[in-house]
Amino acid sequence: MKKTALIGITGGIIGLIAVALVYFGNPGNMGFCIACFFRDTAGGIGLHRAEVVQYIRPEIIGLVFGALIMSLIGKEFSPRGGSSPAIRFVLAICVMVGALVFLGCPLRMMLRIGGGDLNAIVGLVGFIVGIAVGILCLNKGFTLNRAYKLSKCEGAVYPVINIGLLVLLVAAPAFIFFSAEGPGSMHAPIILSLIAGLVVGGLAQKSRFCTVAGIRDTILFKDTTMLIGFICVIAVAIIGNLIMGTFNLGFEAQPIAHSDGLWNFMGMVVVGFGSVLLGGCPLRQVILSGEGNTDSVVVIFGFITGAAICHNFGLASSAEGPSPYGPAAVIICLIVVALIAVCNLKKTSKA
Amino acid sequence: MVIHVDARGCACPEPVIKTKKAIAQEHDEVVVLVDNKTALENVKRFAGKSKHQVTVEEVEDYYQLTLKK
Repeated sequence: MKKTALIGITGGIIGLIAVALVYFGNPGNMGFCIACFFRDTAGGIGLHRAEVVQYIRPEIIGLVFGALIMSLIGKEFSPRGGSSPAIRFVLAICVMVGALVFLGCPLRMMLRIGGGDLNAIVGLVGFIVGIAVGILCLNKGFTLNRAYKLSKCEGAVYPVINIGLLVLLVAAPAFIFFSAEGPGSMHAPIILSLIAGLVVGGLAQKSRFCTVAGIRDTILFKDTTMLIGFICVIAVAIIGNLIMGTFNLGFEAQPIAHSDGLWNFMGMVVVGFGSVLLGGCPLRQVILSGEGNTDSVVVIFGFITGAAICHNFGLASSAEGPSPYGPAAVIICLIVVALIAVCNLKKTSKA
Repeated sequence: MVIHVDARGCACPEPVIKTKKAIAQEHDEVVVLVDNKTALENVKRFAGKSKHQVTVEEVEDYYQLTLKK
């Protein structure tokens, strides 16, 4: 019961803070988007040169430190890794391609629904289909093998990288890119973004909030605990957007979104499928990275690489719709994820 | 009969899937090993839902859960 309440509160606060971040400057329905924020950060450090999406997003830095601090308080900071890192890296690239064809991670999908963007409902259906396929693989014995204990130093690497990113963001040397226009130029003040990340990071660490688990556990174990959080994000975002006058029901002219139903659907199939194989949604990977999970750090490096690939190869969608190469990229990613799934099925009778 | 499940180092939701498969077999008790609090909470919650009583013991750097009907 306590657990359900904590999940619900976490979901509600995420919804609330997300609407507030948009009010203070973030792009529409993008209070939080793990995929978009890694894409912007990749652009900020020059890994791609899409001029409209370049900004080191402090929300991510906050999330990592929120999770780190909370895990230290709860004595849960526990560096571990070594569970198929190369496969995780590739899966993460595929998830990022899917997310940038849809234009959002699962969390932004929820926030888009909260803003009345019906294209995100199409994405949600794809997400559920992807998760269902992933569950099928889990039931057939899919595993990326065990993770093992690592040194405290290994677990500290990613948080320290984030300190470096924060310094680069604040110091703004000439080699760091800042969008002058487009979504990358729209952001809340650094300190607010950082605090928002810290609060959500701490809560998500404590509650284990995960957008994939909400649907996965409901189907797999008939356990709706995590689904409560999912619903609370959307409910609070709807109320918040209605109050702020940013609720706009429909398919057309939605902020940072397109209305190509097929590729909204297919993009999120890849995200759902890949995320189940990775053991959690993009947000959850960020939280785990703060707890010292270096498998999740490898996933994050995959996200950043995937984002750079998306913009260097012109795979990411725009408001007009999918790019010419986007659909082919999604199909290739779907095949790669499926091959990885099939190659890692193990007989589980030994338990 | 006692069924042993070693889910240490397994990512979400493998510990619960392994537990689910174990309790589907004939058993007097199922002993599950996990190495993090998330897995501990998840297996405990699942055991409760599937009408098992759970006792938890902290052993070195992991947890041992004993599930009884």
